[in-house]
Amino acid sequence: MSTVAEKILASHSGLDEAQPGEIVKAEIDFAFMPALTAALAFYAMYDMTIEKVWDRDKVTILLDHIAPATNITNASLHKECREIAREQSLRYFYDINSGVCHQVIPENGHVYPGMLMVGADSHTCTHGAFGAFATGIGSTDMGAAIGTGKLWFKVPETIRVNAEGRLAPRVMSKDVILKTAKELGADGATYCSLEFTGSTIRDMSVGARMTLCNMAIELGAKTGIVEPDDKTSRFLEGRVKHGYTPVYSDADAVYREKLEIDGAALDPQVACPHAVDNVKPVTEVAGKAVNQVFIGSCTNGRLEDLLVAAEIMGGKRVHPDVRVIATPASYEVYEAANSRGIIKTLMDAGAVVCNPSCSVCFGGNHGILAPGEVGLSTSNRNFRGRQGSTESYVYLCSPATAAASALTGAITDPREV
Amino acid sequence: MIRGKAWNYGDDVNTDFILPGIYLELTDPEEMGRHAMEGIDPGFVGKVQPGDVVVGGRNFGLGSSREHAPIALKHSGVSAVIAEGFARIFYRNATNLGLPALECPNVSKEIKTGDTVEVDLVEGTIIVNGTKTLSFVPVPEFMMRILAAGGLREHIKKNKAGW
Ligand code: SF4
Repeated sequence: MSTVAEKILASHSGLDEAQPGEIVKAEIDFAFMPALTAALAFYAMYDMTIEKVWDRDKVTILLDHIAPATNITNASLHKECREIAREQSLRYFYDINSGVCHQVIPENGHVYPGMLMVGADSHTCTHGAFGAFATGIGSTDMGAAIGTGKLWFKVPETIRVNAEGRLAPRVMSKDVILKTAKELGADGATYCSLEFTGSTIRDMSVGARMTLCNMAIELGAKTGIVEPDDKTSRFLEGRVKHGYTPVYSDADAVYREKLEIDGAALDPQVACPHAVDNVKPVTEVAGKAVNQVFIGSCTNGRLEDLLVAAEIMGGKRVHPDVRVIATPASYEVYEAANSRGIIKTLMDAGAVVCNPSCSVCFGGNHGILAPGEVGLSTSNRNFRGRQGSTESYVYLCSPATAAASALTGAITDPREV
Repeated sequence: MIRGKAWNYGDDVNTDFILPGIYLELTDPEEMGRHAMEGIDPGFVGKVQPGDVVVGGRNFGLGSSREHAPIALKHSGVSAVIAEGFARIFYRNATNLGLPALECPNVSKEIKTGDTVEVDLVEGTIIVNGTKTLSFVPVPEFMMRILAAGGLREHIKKNKAGW
């Protein structure tokens, strides 16, 4: 009678069963770090008087948040990361020609069902979309994880989010998770595992499920989980080069809470400034003028996201008062979008297409908002100051809503264009 | 024993308030400490004294997993954070750095900015202005061991075999 989270933590701690609240010491299967946190994690490991990572095949660094380097400080940080990777003989290293960690890691076969993954980035919960237990940790924890291959975890309670029914056209998985954020609140799932079930979820592509799990942390969750199915194995085929054992929740597993979402009746949703749970249906915020639209990030920078945007923007021009920035989440996405003509469609519509990176998402790279400006973004956080000035305003939405709004210059219901 | 002044910032103090995104490329803890709380109170670093505590309401530390936020707090001189609730990663990170993160119901109403507080980690009590006593939720034994060692680094250094 266990959930996926309980089973994975138990099996990695040599236990038959693990109860919520219990503290276990578990064996890690893979650990990754973006540049911003990698150096700090290695300093922590060296401080622990450990010189080498526990397994050079299971630790990687990615240069994604700022790429290419924009100033001497982050250029030096990139340089240091390259040196660490060489000194530690890391088997995998992803330089600036790769993309956002949460997209690059699955594409390169590092994620598989039933595994225990840690990342030095809060959105590591994204990888739960593949039936893994994946959670974000800080650099001291990461120092321990890469140095010893082990880490302590408090076994989380699980909240089940069950969505039923087919989503209407131009309603996306982003709308499902924004609605979930509204219902549970920004601390509604603190320390929990969020398990997504139901026909709406089964219908979704693996990429759409990644969007759901990506935002689990915005509700305070330790991880998001979707049970693996044939879509999962199709995506992983040829990427994961070894066998794996999928894990499923028992029918009589105990949940702290169950939330029902009516997928068929769901409208597009928008998170308003300055909180991820300040969510309204698009119909209530439609007409709000925006200065910048960002389509990208680990939440919504995948091929299917760019495709929806291209379908809506194709053959049209973006509104003259709005800047549109589209950033594929990875080079794999970039190439696929390019070969299908999606990049050209977006460019022809007037969008600036950037190289794969975190881009506008976190306000440390490019596409910064000036005081008083309004940004509409497909990313996952709209805290005050997140994309630039503390006097700017960030709204979050799906790629469909973002693309529709790019055309009109104001927040627009994507079903109306 | 922790003794100092309290600085109360209310609910939902996120990691971008504690250390804004533009400083995330810093790797020197002292330098991070010089920008602590800049996203919500740019004058904080000029006012805070070693030993002071930061107080919050619900969901303190939500946002990034980057340890920059608790590192900045610790190196600005803050000796503990007391809040009604913590975001998970912040809670872990603070503990791992040896910075106590203490959960105390209603604390953001019970303690005002400027109050003097004395925190007893072992007794589990907070004395406010020498008069009122609050108690915080007991820290799990495993985490107390990490705090007692001064953080996870020291804990692992000492207990490498048993880890
Ligand atoms: S795209 Fe945004 S949320 Fe995702 S890893 Fe990059 S900065 Fe973080």
